[in-house]
Amino acid sequence: MPRINSTAELDALRQDILSTRDPDKPCITLCSGSACQATHCKKVAAALDVELEKQGLTEAVHFRKTGCHGFCEQGPIIVIYPEGVCYLKVQPEDIPEIVSQTLVAKKIVERLVYVDPTTGEKAIKEDDIPFYKNQQRLVLGLNTKIDPKSLEDYLAVGGYQALTKVFTGMTPEQVIAEVKAASLRGRGGGGFPAGIKWEACRNSKGDTKYVIVNCDEGDPGAYMDRSLMEGNPYCVLEGLLIGAYAIGAQEGYVYVRQEYPLAVENLMAAIKTAEEFGLLGKDILGSGFDFIVKVHKGAGAFVCGEETALIMSLEGKVGEPKSRPPYPAVRGLWGKPTNINNVETWANIPLVINKGAAAFTSIGTEGSKGTKIFSLVGKVNNTGLVEVPMGVTLRDIVYKIGGGIPGGKKYKAVQTGGPAGGCMPESLLDMEVDFDQLTKAGSMMGSGGMIVLDEETCMVDFARYFLGFLADESCGKCVPCREGVKQMLIILTRITKGKGRKGDIELLEELAEVAGSAALCALGKGAPNPVLSTIRHFRDEYEAHINDGNCPALSCKELISYYIDPEKCQACLSCGKKCPAEAIDGGKNLIHVVLQDKCTKCGSCLEACPARFGAVRKISGEPVPAPLPQESRTIVRKSKQS
Amino acid sequence: MDTITIDQIIEKHHCEASSLIQILLDIQSENHWLPKEALERVSEKLDVPMSQIQHITTFYKSFSLVPRGRHEVHVCMGTACHVRGAQRILDSVTEQIGIGAGETDVDLKYSLETVNCIGCCALGPVMVVDGEYHGNITPAQVAETFKNYE
Amino acid sequence: MSELLLQIDGKEVTARAGATILEAAQSVGIAIPTLCHHEKLEAHGGCRICSVEVDARGRTSVVAACLYPVEQDLVVRTRTRKLERIRKSLVEMMMAHAPDSEQLLALAEEYGADKDRFGKEISFCIHCGLCVRYCAEIKKKHAVGFIDRGPRKEICFIPEIAARECWECKECFPLCPTSALQAAFVLIKSLTSQADGSGAERKA
Repeated sequence: MPRINSTAELDALRQDILSTRDPDKPCITLCSGSACQATHCKKVAAALDVELEKQGLTEAVHFRKTGCHGFCEQGPIIVIYPEGVCYLKVQPEDIPEIVSQTLVAKKIVERLVYVDPTTGEKAIKEDDIPFYKNQQRLVLGLNTKIDPKSLEDYLAVGGYQALTKVFTGMTPEQVIAEVKAASLRGRGGGGFPAGIKWEACRNSKGDTKYVIVNCDEGDPGAYMDRSLMEGNPYCVLEGLLIGAYAIGAQEGYVYVRQEYPLAVENLMAAIKTAEEFGLLGKDILGSGFDFIVKVHKGAGAFVCGEETALIMSLEGKVGEPKSRPPYPAVRGLWGKPTNINNVETWANIPLVINKGAAAFTSIGTEGSKGTKIFSLVGKVNNTGLVEVPMGVTLRDIVYKIGGGIPGGKKYKAVQTGGPAGGCMPESLLDMEVDFDQLTKAGSMMGSGGMIVLDEETCMVDFARYFLGFLADESCGKCVPCREGVKQMLIILTRITKGKGRKGDIELLEELAEVAGSAALCALGKGAPNPVLSTIRHFRDEYEAHINDGNCPALSCKELISYYIDPEKCQACLSCGKKCPAEAIDGGKNLIHVVLQDKCTKCGSCLEACPARFGAVRKISGEPVPAPLPQESRTIVRKSKQS
Repeated sequence: MDTITIDQIIEKHHCEASSLIQILLDIQSENHWLPKEALERVSEKLDVPMSQIQHITTFYKSFSLVPRGRHEVHVCMGTACHVRGAQRILDSVTEQIGIGAGETDVDLKYSLETVNCIGCCALGPVMVVDGEYHGNITPAQVAETFKNYE
Repeated sequence: MSELLLQIDGKEVTARAGATILEAAQSVGIAIPTLCHHEKLEAHGGCRICSVEVDARGRTSVVAACLYPVEQDLVVRTRTRKLERIRKSLVEMMMAHAPDSEQLLALAEEYGADKDRFGKEISFCIHCGLCVRYCAEIKKKHAVGFIDRGPRKEICFIPEIAARECWECKECFPLCPTSALQAAFVLIKSLTSQADGSGAERKA
């Protein structure tokens, strides 16, 4: 296709594409995001290619590989249009049946449809699955409809209409006014109003300005940006281009962490295609506006998600944050005014322009407009990406969409905001999730990670985990973080090993003040949050560890013992066979006993013990009952009546 | 690694000092580690002090200053994976291939690294071997996976 | 250059735009403790001993005086209970590395810090960065740099450069607040490995 030279030509191209596409033509889509690749969707794709060829359907059926659908634990996922039939956990062996039954005969393969784990109800169409039904996928929704490598697909679903609207009737100032009126707050963690940042950058002195996409999504447990960048890179590029126009920047950078190879690949392919079609480069669509985009990969440093550290990294230096003020909007990359926003923020821009600020602000709460994509993971039934309007309750997210806690376990907390965030216990389940409510509760929105924890999660160990992560990722420049995080980690580790001391909680709070107030950047300043939040809501667990040598969640290895209940043990030998440390004493008809001095606390016996006996349990904070004397350990089986 | 290849990589990035990290990533990707000679060449051609390169190659965890094994194993230790037992998986991997995180074995067959989030959080715990992802992995599957590697 | 009016510890202070709070305070004789600061080097902001409280844009925050630029109507407090607690903790954390440092002992006395509060650390280095920065900015030799990050961060000499430059120079030694011993120790190790022809690389 030739270069597109004007908005009129773009519209014509779009109409052309749409006119050649029959909405009733069967289309089979396969989610090809990174997570589905982890469940071997490539093998499913290969099987599908073979089967379509075999049945002579390659012309009649369109096979589209899409980006991440978000229902990740159910992958590989296939959706068949126009009906919208959705199959989950598809294996290569299922393909011949899917093609014959559903594509050809229009029948459903019952075993592959969604079944609600609590009600047993089936949902055949993607839109009827509770996980999707209760979301409002304004940003992520397009992922299921397009091949991320296809510009035509993006145009067909309305891509670049926002750009056309901007180029045909909006000045840069008007664009900024619209983004301000939409009250779009940054989706990367800071929650700062994007429009105000854009305005500050535009108003800064100097002709050379930069715009940057922050795709260094480092919060462990969060992968919204990965899905957006893999699944719809054109949307991010369109938002970035609109922002560059508004701010007056001729050059943009996308900083992608190198742990996301597929995102890098799809992004670079999109940039190349956009350049070929004149949607990047000189005189875009005849507007007179020039803009180029370069991609820089991260090199394995969480701190580079912090905007000033990211800028340092772009300049080829170590990712040590810089003091602010001056803010990047005034003095950023190479000392020039720079605007950095998160992937999801940029991806919201076409939506803001297309819908208009009034419509955009009709969604969400007073202080937080629009939707937010969360990664709902951990101890929850329906793990995956969830996009909801701001203001939906935590309870609805965890239970209505997430399907509750698996294995009949009890909810304990949801952690948000990554390593700078905090935990929401049961008492806060009815919180309407938005920026300000989360901050009030001692946590923060962060990038959108939502980790669900159950009764088996030790909150002290959980805090220790985050401090360990931060100690690993700290840049090391300032004392409060480098030394403070280390000291907090030392204390928390001691506590989880049963060596907690009186005064430890107070010392943690003291160190929290130093890091929280005096650290150079948000990594250090946020480091105390997981500690303070868990002390606030789960102080009893800390005290149990320190005062009673008890881990109430039965998790901390040094504080638990495995014990076989002699009343329940049926001497089946299952545990002994699995024990890697030869720590089970027992035999046929001889009740088993865990030899505490040999036990490595691996948990294999607990897993091995048949559920109907349930004889193995963990105990903590109390001495292990002494084993029964040998004579009492013999099981006398009832003899069979002849 | 020969000088010609290093120079080609540097020239691909227009000899710009700001592309230092990208250049090092390309060399790392090509050679699987960063030999001292390569760093000295980069220092010379980009006119960047060795002390800065020394800091960058040790600050960023993608770089290795020692040879890596033929097969690179990564175990994700992100939060979602952590609550689903990532530590147990790491322990199983160590048991299978005989090295701990950050180590390479004597035969240069395997290198093991932990990653602070691969981004497949819904499928935790996750292990990646030579770029191939294994989600929802169990200790038993770990053993099975490594049977196939030469 | 334009002038700004701000308030430090209740005192009205005039300062030129672009000056830091530290410079403004020093100009009127208000002392703010520092450790990693050196008038010949670019401000570092690593030790955070110079932390002060500022009221700006309706918010109070703790910032490093050596880096924060003065603003019109900025209100600064250089010594409050909170700042004293922070400085005390900072000194205690640094003294786990260097309990005998004269500068740290003086600060410990001022702020009531206990040098044995935290368990002893192996390395003297408190990462003020003075040696690295001096060698880079003033001598322009880059003989010493940092490696790694976080609690694992260390200083490390480039042996080839150190062998050429350092023995005649040693200008960084008196800058080190913890112990000239450490710098010398590393240097001698480095030079020894060159002298005996082993060419082996040594780390600090």
